[in-house]
Amino acid sequence: MLDLQILLIFMIIAAVVAVEIKDMLGSVVAVGAIGLGLSMCFLLLQAPDLAIVQLVVEILSLVILIRAVGIKNGVSAVKKRKIFSIVSVLLFIGLFIYFSTKALIELPSFGNPIMRVAERYLISGIRETGAANLVSAIILDYRAFDTLGEATVLFTAVIGVLAVIRRVGRKSK
Amino acid sequence: MIKKSEPGMTIIVKTITRYTVALILLFGIYIVLHGHLTPGGGFAGGVIVALSFVHIMLAFGKETAIKKMSEKSSGILESLGAILFVTIALLGLTAGYFFFNFITGQKPLETSFFRLFSSGIIPFCNIAICLKVGAGLFGIFLALIFFKKND
Repeated sequence: MLDLQILLIFMIIAAVVAVEIKDMLGSVVAVGAIGLGLSMCFLLLQAPDLAIVQLVVEILSLVILIRAVGIKNGVSAVKKRKIFSIVSVLLFIGLFIYFSTKALIELPSFGNPIMRVAERYLISGIRETGAANLVSAIILDYRAFDTLGEATVLFTAVIGVLAVIRRVGRKSK
Repeated sequence: MIKKSEPGMTIIVKTITRYTVALILLFGIYIVLHGHLTPGGGFAGGVIVALSFVHIMLAFGKETAIKKMSEKSSGILESLGAILFVTIALLGLTAGYFFFNFITGQKPLETSFFRLFSSGIIPFCNIAICLKVGAGLFGIFLALIFFKKND
């Protein structure tokens, strides 16, 4: 558990750096560090499928972000904080911590979920589907309809991006 | 020497890209085809396949990558992946219900466990998702590059 907590603290520090740094390229690199830490968290929690997906998607989004930021330097989104904004930020952090501790106490302990449906999948998954990778068996056999929904979401997102961006491109010609 | 007329990065990057890009593409295809045996699957493999084309584009410039995979063909491949996925789901109706595993049925053979050709429709679903995700993400990347040029 300790290595996981060290990684989480590293991710929080990287997130603070990503918000507060003035250089845009440095901010993008800090976002990449957060993604890498999250991927290592998934690996420590023994979810290699999720770790591979997180790492690969992080690389792709990092490439897109670096292309979007470009070579232009000196563009900064950080403004000087005033006293009112600092006080309101601290107030909301305090409220969030208070209510989240109240909520976290009620949660079941780590690794003991309330739903027992996973046990049935672990026991009879390979006999019913024939797939050795249980994650694949669940997302493409037991919960295939969910996967169809996710594929539809991605399809809609691609159509939306292409429609919005290509219209601007045609106008300027 | 750096030639200014050629698009893309320097000759070091181009030479290394020429050796590594095929390996990246092959690794993506391996992850897709072994999605039902080892960690990975259609989504991760599709993104790796898309990344290999992004790699070509970053190293050699826009024109070389568009020659390999144009905007229109990436759109066609993405639609093909979506149609293939829905078709596999609808073929399940011939034996039972939506997304029924119509190749193996309810009880797959015990001798086929841990083989490459096992578990019925799952590898085909992985291939369909790989086509959809890879072509879709590369299409988004191409669209962003074009947008930046016109701006």
